[in-house]
Amino acid sequence: MEKEKTRIEDIKRNIYDMKNKDESSYKTSSGLTKEIIEEISDEKNDPDWMREFRLKSLEIYNKMPMPSWGPDLSGLDMNNIVTYVRPNTNMKHDWNDVPKDIKKTFDLLGIPKAEHESLAGVGAQYDSEIVYHNVSDELKKQGVLYMDMETAIREHEDLVRPLFMKLVPPTDHKFAALHGAVWSGGSFVYVPEGVQVKIPIQSYFRLNAPGAGQFEHTLIVVEKGASIHYIEGCSAPKYYVNNLHAGCVECYIREGASLKYSTIENWSRNMYNLNTKRALVDKNAHVEWVTGSFGSKVSMLYPMSILKGEGARCDFTGITFAGAGQYLDTGSKVVHAAPNTTSVVNSKSISKDGGVSIYRGLLGSTKNAVNAKSSVSCESLMLDSKSRSDTIPIVSAANNNVDIGHEAKIGRISDDAIFYLMSRGLTEEEAREMIVTGFVEPVAKELPLEYAVEMNNLIKLELKGTIG
Amino acid sequence: MGKKLLEINNLKAEVEGNEILKGVDLEIRKGEIHAIMGPNGAGKSTLVNTIMGHPKYVVSAGDIIFDGKKINDLKVDERARRGIFMSFQYPEEIQGITVENFLRNAKAAVTGKKSGILAFRRALKEKLKLLKIDDSYAKRYLNVGFSGGEKKKNEILQMAVLEPKLAMLDETDSGLDVDAVRIVSEGVSKLRTEDNSVLIITHHNNILEYLKPDYVHILVNGKIVKTGDASLAEEIEENGYDKFKALA
Repeated sequence: MEKEKTRIEDIKRNIYDMKNKDESSYKTSSGLTKEIIEEISDEKNDPDWMREFRLKSLEIYNKMPMPSWGPDLSGLDMNNIVTYVRPNTNMKHDWNDVPKDIKKTFDLLGIPKAEHESLAGVGAQYDSEIVYHNVSDELKKQGVLYMDMETAIREHEDLVRPLFMKLVPPTDHKFAALHGAVWSGGSFVYVPEGVQVKIPIQSYFRLNAPGAGQFEHTLIVVEKGASIHYIEGCSAPKYYVNNLHAGCVECYIREGASLKYSTIENWSRNMYNLNTKRALVDKNAHVEWVTGSFGSKVSMLYPMSILKGEGARCDFTGITFAGAGQYLDTGSKVVHAAPNTTSVVNSKSISKDGGVSIYRGLLGSTKNAVNAKSSVSCESLMLDSKSRSDTIPIVSAANNNVDIGHEAKIGRISDDAIFYLMSRGLTEEEAREMIVTGFVEPVAKELPLEYAVEMNNLIKLELKGTIG
Repeated sequence: MGKKLLEINNLKAEVEGNEILKGVDLEIRKGEIHAIMGPNGAGKSTLVNTIMGHPKYVVSAGDIIFDGKKINDLKVDERARRGIFMSFQYPEEIQGITVENFLRNAKAAVTGKKSGILAFRRALKEKLKLLKIDDSYAKRYLNVGFSGGEKKKNEILQMAVLEPKLAMLDETDSGLDVDAVRIVSEGVSKLRTEDNSVLIITHHNNILEYLKPDYVHILVNGKIVKTGDASLAEEIEENGYDKFKALA
């Protein structure tokens, strides 16, 4: 009897996987040479300082080796990745002016709806360029800046230049250097002193041309006493060529300010997701990371918080889901570099069908970090015996006055729990779903409703593969 | 006399190759309360878990007939949907799922119809009131951080929502203080109708003061050795099981 297709993620993925015929008007040739970088700079009308920055980054990139730890990246052939593709449109402010096929892509991803549902503004990225950007009038009145990165470089050099890739310098690692050389697109968000942005700002990213990489750069500055919630959600179609995502996020949270940064990532199964996110947290300021990572072939994601001011705090709540053929190496890094700082990390991972889910945490403190408190809890749920889950904590305390706690739990869904739920009429599948939904609830409750719903639906799709 | 609800004929069951139930006969009619008592290890919990369909307990002989249909081969959830309910001795903690959310899903599973959130919330409120359970429980995660007494009360709340035909209470009174036993028993009492039945597993007479059994069975060594009325429970309370152990 022919086995029925139970991998519903393949069937359902088609709403994410539609490809527009590649009409890209401009493509850099494969391979990373000085000429390519110059072409990119020309195309973007980079100011001289940025052109130089890109070229310097390329030099650094060429000198650095690939990382010697973590998942296997040999499937990435950098020369085959075309880094910059520009779609057939210029920046538009009105949704109605955006070309039809590009609109279709975003319609299916639900962006116009989100706009209507009182989100403050939407920056949508398509093939490395910001296509549509609309900042609500409310935000403009408050003096909040929200624009694509290229425009920010030109129009707000005074704000951007001193900060651009200072928190994540090109020397950090090979993919940061790559990013420095070929970055394209991304958002700049600036919240002036004392401004509380009540409605979350959200952005989408999407990969479309075969072999194209995404290298968006996001820079967020939250001035003294201000607050904002920034959400990013990603999706990419399936390809036979390996795709790379090496974006970079830098956040500056000044004294007494707060930033909540939420991400739902749903990359297609052949993506290498090597993103770098870092936040610098000042005195009495607060950063909150909320992450749901699904999809991709390989992920290496470790949002980092540097608690540099007294009383600074970071909270990290994350869930990763590794299915068949996936290797998700994620975690968080926190550095306590001031007194009375606090970090709370709550990381959950699920693996099934041979998926590998690794939590890698770095918890460090300097001599200044008197009376710092940290609690890290990582919990793994393995849905079958094929899957793998590991916890690799690295704790380095340079100061004996730091109260650091780490708790790791690895488990399976207990048969008794399944029996209990089934005894109330739930099928075995429903019982499993319920337990897994409950497991990720700490993340779901931090997300706006439509994201929580999308995440729970993603989980249900992923789980369907468990039967049969 | 009501119609037969549960009929067990010569039931033998084993766990990991060890035979625990060695031929149990039992008949429960609609509207009746039955109590099963017996020394530790007699197989009382095994009996109710086998009826519920726990995969760990393998039936090696005999039939379980519920509401006229043989249910030996039915899965746990199918039995639940037919109206069998078990109040667990050690209820599981389920992280991240609220009591309300869980009950709404369970009710939908058992009845085949999903009720709207608000409609269900109203119905749930009534049940909470009936059982003198504070409203705040609805928002708490299922059994997480509940005391023993709270867990048992929550089991009876589930019973109240799901309205089963047969409710099996597995040592619901163990670990409860005198007041809690009374509240739980009163709760069960209020749920009784002519058409549903209760099977109580207990060591003590206490709960049976509030839920007067029509029949009391003594289970020793995997077999029912004596069946009597409520007075049998009093006899056990006074004299223990020695007399009955000899019968096994």
